[in-house]
Amino acid sequence: MADQTLNCNNLNCPMPIVQIGKTIKTLKTGNTIEVTATDPAFEADVRAWTKKTGHELVSFSDGEIKTALIEKK
Amino acid sequence: MSSEAASDNTHLQKTIEQMIDKKLDERFSSFEAQFEGLSKQLESIQNDNLSDRVTLLVFSGDMDKLMSAFIIGAGAVAMGMEVSMYFTFWGLTALKKQSLYEGKSIPEKMMAMMLPEGPDKVGTSKMNMLGFGPAFFKMMMGKNNVETLPDLININKELGVKMIACQMTMGVMGITKEELIDDLEYGGAGTYIGEASDSKITLFI
Repeated sequence: MADQTLNCNNLNCPMPIVQIGKTIKTLKTGNTIEVTATDPAFEADVRAWTKKTGHELVSFSDGEIKTALIEKK
Repeated sequence: MSSEAASDNTHLQKTIEQMIDKKLDERFSSFEAQFEGLSKQLESIQNDNLSDRVTLLVFSGDMDKLMSAFIIGAGAVAMGMEVSMYFTFWGLTALKKQSLYEGKSIPEKMMAMMLPEGPDKVGTSKMNMLGFGPAFFKMMMGKNNVETLPDLININKELGVKMIACQMTMGVMGITKEELIDDLEYGGAGTYIGEASDSKITLFI
């Protein structure tokens, strides 16, 4: 179970990563956040985002509503 | 062994030792020179280390191109990068909050009349269709939940994107500071080059 959830459904590029970027600042190191989104570019963007920022993409599930679990490093 | 032969031997040994010393000195000095060169190179590489920054040169005043600029701006901040945007010519429209006429010369007033009042009044680069295009775009963007241009500009401001207005083109286009939004920086080509020269990414839009 994630420490926090973030609903980015119906938001489009670049808003999901903008929201994640804002929210991750409020988390403690080691805590996780579960993000749901419908943006078609969400998977590519969140993977690039975690690679660039150094946080970990613990899991990703695709579908109409995509879910990413991110751990703050 | 005679004493003469013995002294010959010592002499030979000394000569050999001297030759070895000389060779070693030569080698060492060439190594030292190489080492110095390398450490200088390393230092210059370290000095060239670019900031994790994106610099956008925003020239266009078209709605679609401005949207691209602000989407990249917000995205880059989200990726943990610093962003600075330099606005020149038509791009200045993105920073306008109003058109003012008071205190302007006639050509400046004409400019103010012809230029869009702000980012919610700009046309698209294609399919503008005498102003019908932007309305159509806005409808499509609403359907797709895409932020509008004024929203994107506000998001960029909130995220702390540095916005710089080109003072030379402000003069050419008769745009005053009072017509632009608050908290801007002002500068010239040098300001842009200064920002761009230590940025990892720079784009002309």
